Amino acid sequence: MKLRILGALLRKEIVMMRHNPIIPKMIIGLPIMALLIIPLVASFDVKDVQVVAVDNDHSQLSRRIISDMDASHELNVMDVVGTYDEAMDMIEKGDADVILSIPPHFSRDISELDVEANGVNATKGMLGMQYVVSSAAETLRQTAVEEGRPVDEQDSSVIYRFNPTLNFRHYMIPALMVFLIIMICGFLPALNLVSEKETGTIEAMNVTPVSRTIFVLSKLIPFWLTGMLVVTVGMIIGRVVYGVVPMGNIGSIYLATILLSLVMSGLGVTIANKSATMLQTIFVMFAFIIIFQLMGGLFTPIGSMPDWAQYITYAVPPRFFNEIMRSIYLKGTSLAELRGQFLWLTGYAVLALGTAALTYRKRS
Amino acid sequence: MTNKDDIAISVKGLTKKFGQFTAVDHITFDVRKGEIFGFLGANGAGKTTAMRMLCGLSYPTSGSGSIAGFDVNTQGEEIKRHIGYMSQKFSLYGDLSVKQNLRLFSTIYGMSDREIKTRMDEVMKQLDMESMADARVKSIPVGWRQKLAFATATIHRPEIVFLDEPTGGVDPVTRRRFWELIYQASSEGMTVFVTTHYLDEAEYCNRLSIMVDGKIAALDTPAALKEKYHVATMDEVFRIVAKDAQRSE
Amino acid sequence: MNILGSLIKKEAIHIVRDRRTMMITLFMPLVLLLLFGFAISTEVNDVRVALVTDRHTDASREIAQAFAVNSYFTFTGLASEEDITPLLKQGKIDAALVLRHDGIRTPYQIVVDASNPTVAQAAVAYISGVIKKNSSDIIITRTLYNPQMKSSYNFVPGTLGMIFILICAIMTSVSIVREKETGTMDLLLVSPVKPISIIIGKLIPYFILSCVILAIMLTMAYTVLGLPVSDTIISVIGVSLLYIVLSLSIGLLVSSIVSNQVSALIVSAMLFMVPVIMLSGMIFPVDNMPVVLQGISCIIPARWYIAAMRKLMIQQIEFSGVLKEVIIMAGMTVLLLAVQLGKFNAKK
Repeated sequence: MKLRILGALLRKEIVMMRHNPIIPKMIIGLPIMALLIIPLVASFDVKDVQVVAVDNDHSQLSRRIISDMDASHELNVMDVVGTYDEAMDMIEKGDADVILSIPPHFSRDISELDVEANGVNATKGMLGMQYVVSSAAETLRQTAVEEGRPVDEQDSSVIYRFNPTLNFRHYMIPALMVFLIIMICGFLPALNLVSEKETGTIEAMNVTPVSRTIFVLSKLIPFWLTGMLVVTVGMIIGRVVYGVVPMGNIGSIYLATILLSLVMSGLGVTIANKSATMLQTIFVMFAFIIIFQLMGGLFTPIGSMPDWAQYITYAVPPRFFNEIMRSIYLKGTSLAELRGQFLWLTGYAVLALGTAALTYRKRS
Repeated sequence: MTNKDDIAISVKGLTKKFGQFTAVDHITFDVRKGEIFGFLGANGAGKTTAMRMLCGLSYPTSGSGSIAGFDVNTQGEEIKRHIGYMSQKFSLYGDLSVKQNLRLFSTIYGMSDREIKTRMDEVMKQLDMESMADARVKSIPVGWRQKLAFATATIHRPEIVFLDEPTGGVDPVTRRRFWELIYQASSEGMTVFVTTHYLDEAEYCNRLSIMVDGKIAALDTPAALKEKYHVATMDEVFRIVAKDAQRSE
Repeated sequence: MNILGSLIKKEAIHIVRDRRTMMITLFMPLVLLLLFGFAISTEVNDVRVALVTDRHTDASREIAQAFAVNSYFTFTGLASEEDITPLLKQGKIDAALVLRHDGIRTPYQIVVDASNPTVAQAAVAYISGVIKKNSSDIIITRTLYNPQMKSSYNFVPGTLGMIFILICAIMTSVSIVREKETGTMDLLLVSPVKPISIIIGKLIPYFILSCVILAIMLTMAYTVLGLPVSDTIISVIGVSLLYIVLSLSIGLLVSSIVSNQVSALIVSAMLFMVPVIMLSGMIFPVDNMPVVLQGISCIIPARWYIAAMRKLMIQQIEFSGVLKEVIIMAGMTVLLLAVQLGKFNAKK
């Protein structure tokens, strides 16, 4: 009986979704946009660091430092100028990121080299500076070896675990699913519910004996299924386009997806229940989405936040999802090792759905 | 007086307050089974608020009542099984077809597939809408939509159907047709509770009440009311009863 | 003028009535600014590192000590070689330094969680710095403009760029489309009011709201975040006002294309919000993008605004330095308004 009613309501939702001018396009467009465009953009890889050199030495050594630098993969020597002011001018115009100043008689004295980075973009400045320093140091070491001077040799090696090619996309793709789930399971159901409020059809439903659980379920199930579908498409795109394959259990990935879908849809329904207009719903939703995206560690590492901000991230459910997805995808971490994150997500799912059920009123 | 079994709606002292504002102020009345009961009043008199309480869409602040034998205060969901409601605002799904809307609501009221099929054929014929069965509701003319909304509200043959200004914005010919539908439903034993502000429609009701400022100012058959106030038309009755109204838009 | 006045009043009442939306429009910028200013950072400043050593020597103790005192590290202590993998897997450490003594020299190995390559590279650089602290001594490094290497400054222009699109483009387009939906727009159009007055009446309240927000944001940036105040502040305000007008014209454009609120919202969100966040250089540097996307980013107004604001607010360059950005934004504004007015007149 209840199932029949649910079935009828689901059929209605699907017909309406199909006729909606935007939603079908979003369901197809979102994963494509999220997975084909964001990974290309969302990268802190610092590649083309632009260096301007101020060569006051004009020696063979100074020229060698500069040409070695230009030859390196990450650095690009834009110009060699005569004065510091000219170099500064280039920084101000945005034509260079780092200034390398070689003092007069450097090759004779091996005195100090000055490296200055534009700190406007802190990441690029910091890494750019590191690159310039290590390139210069390497050149100096080589010349020392060639000239037979003693060098402090040290054997060293670095093992890059889990992502040996240092590909930033491998890091982004698993977590990008969070974006899809927030939009499809949080944003769209909220919009859908409020639009029934605005057209008045929700009244027609409230006056029938249909229970609120069934009504809300009929709204959410299509989006949950769509969410799962979109995440599957996302995983396929990740594999085909980027060659990113989960190292761990796919079942755990789906479990995390289901949990986050529940959290987000509970939140979406709660917001819709509490809002009178479309604009309100959207604004409140936007506020949540932006804070979730920023504080969830999607783009910037949580470890870089100050302690108080790191505590706040425990109130941001996507944080746990991001950790789960990245660990399973890249490190092959098991469900048992991630039980903490799963428990948090489950807690939030219960909380969000409970609030959604409590705030939905058939009667005012 | 009438037997208790004959009463479809019985309300005593029903009140709804929004903060300081008393939208519905201690209304008391009975509606007999099979009756067409008119609920008249100016805009803002409290008709819709009263009706929403009767349908279980809104909690009364105080007072009691029974609808189809169920308590207004506590059995809201039970009431919903036995009534139909057509809101003032058009509230069918515009993106669904005529048939899809009818089927959706009949399933919600728990009708079996076979019942749904026979009832739908019957309704489509009655409304003369067979040709537009698969048209999307959004695209059909307003008059037809109102008739469809009525059919949807009565598809499960409820004991009582509540109609909130069902003929708003509809041309006179369609209004006439609409009242024929109401009569037919009533003749099949359905109780019809209808709000309106068209005074000519008031004449079609078996009995009617006139609401002024949240209170019931008059209640009787149209003929008795006209006699009481010594006038020839309902229009004049209304003008006399509502002359002291404070609230109106 | 009187008509215009009453139109503006009507719109202002609409805005102020919706308390919740109002609160969000005022608080969102503050919260974002604080989050960006104090919480969110791309700088790697807390590398959790464990030390694995087969022999406890002065050198290894010195390194452990260096990790413990260096503010860039959280030293999680000594660990055994087989602990490394589980610790990394569970995300308990970011890197491990392994020292193996072979008598004369001490070769070392850094095992790092490279899931996030940026963090990994920085971690490796920091750890190497601790170990061979002598080899690059002759190179002096210094940072310009942003000496503490805080990314907070960097995000201020981006936050401004996003907020104005949110308020101007989304709120105006939705409010116009709502009038279309409820039919009150037709009411205005059949009245003798000139179309230009209707548009201006719509825009002025949102313009004022944006100015209030601009004032709040700039006050915050210059006081709480401690951005250096200088003459460029006048250019900052001027360029921001231009950007606000541009965002409003985008809102108008959206409202003339779509017919219902949901579409207006989704179009605004998809076509403007996402590109603003992703492509404008707000979080991710434009130079890192593939050429095609760099091309696309040129048509995103926020990109030019953010570039101009960075130069003005952070680098303190004079107005002449942002002429290119200003001209592009002004061009966009004129184009959008012209198209819009043409459309509106044609309808009337």
